[in-house]
Amino acid sequence: MITQSVTAWATLAAETTGSGSGGSGGETALFWIMAPLAVLGALGLVFSRKAVHGALSLAVTMISLALFYIAQEAPFLGVVQIVVYTGAIMMLFLFVIMLVGVDSSDSRVETIRGQRVAAALAVAGVVLLLATVTLRATLPEEPAGLAQAAPDGNVPAIADLIFGTYFWAFEVVAVLLITAAVGAMTLTHRERLSRRSSQKELSIKRFSEGPPGEAAGLPVPGVYARHNAVDTPALLPDGKPSEASINRVLVARGAARSSEEFRHHPTPADVEAAAEGEADEPAGEIGPDDDASGGERA
Amino acid sequence: MNPTNYLVLSIILFSIGAAGVLVRRNALVAFMSVELMLNAANLAFVTFARMHGNLDGQIVAFFVMVVAAAEVVVGLAIIVTIFRTRRSASVDDASLLKL
Repeated sequence: MITQSVTAWATLAAETTGSGSGGSGGETALFWIMAPLAVLGALGLVFSRKAVHGALSLAVTMISLALFYIAQEAPFLGVVQIVVYTGAIMMLFLFVIMLVGVDSSDSRVETIRGQRVAAALAVAGVVLLLATVTLRATLPEEPAGLAQAAPDGNVPAIADLIFGTYFWAFEVVAVLLITAAVGAMTLTHRERLSRRSSQKELSIKRFSEGPPGEAAGLPVPGVYARHNAVDTPALLPDGKPSEASINRVLVARGAARSSEEFRHHPTPADVEAAAEGEADEPAGEIGPDDDASGGERA
Repeated sequence: MNPTNYLVLSIILFSIGAAGVLVRRNALVAFMSVELMLNAANLAFVTFARMHGNLDGQIVAFFVMVVAAAEVVVGLAIIVTIFRTRRSASVDDASLLKL
């Protein structure tokens, strides 16, 4: 189904571009809508304070670039762009951002004096150079189009080139990818310095060293009618919210819900029922409200 | 449409990426700016391929993508390793070799 929709896209793009024969309104509209979006995404990467926002805006740029590829008679590259860049690379970036800490943001203090000015000058130089080269070159007004280079379609023509002219480059690139994968595993591998303690040893250690209340493990976060989340504290049997049930990272970030919100506040009726229940208890009767008021008696 | 428009867009994106590498000090953001520069170069390759009716530009863009993937894998592994030892992802903090 995905391949079908992709081919539909490709044929649509090829029709709108007219296979390189003459300009068309469709491609122009696509360009003038997506190009500002791409530039906005790129600016968002440079100016966003948090790395997550930068990664998301870069994804916008990459998706618009994929549309440009498809419009420029490169449907294979367009699909590869989406799959490899937005699918794999940006997700890898997001994983590492989560690992490093979502809240890690740059300080805006310049550590090297005059760095921003120097950087602006250098970038202006790059722009000047590239723009001069591009705009002074004699480029064809209308693209030649790939109808002659790829008579059977884009993908067969690319396959011909990759497994023909560029075969050895392709093999070398494959070796490079495998090397990179092995290198990444070696770099992130951590040698264990001491033996891993078994579950039995951990249990014995908890009972002998830890506070007795935590011997069976810390309470898990709360499950309520309205909330079932790691940021809500559990209620202990006496109706008090347990601070220990929330991850301390959430508390440090201020993302945990206030435990006061979940404290059980007895109403006067509850108190009366509890008193009655206590009075009834020697007689062995269990009142209907006993479950609700049990917290206060404990 | 004149294909030079794509080239101009590519120049703009490349320059923004270069500015990001120079200005930002979070290693991840600088790295993403490098990716943006690679993408801008790819756009120029694809545009030239169509402009001259020659598929070689698309092949080069494809190889650039593969090399970028390999580079991202190794680069992110290095960033994670540095973060583990120094608890920071800022390029200013990795200055052990500085006098």
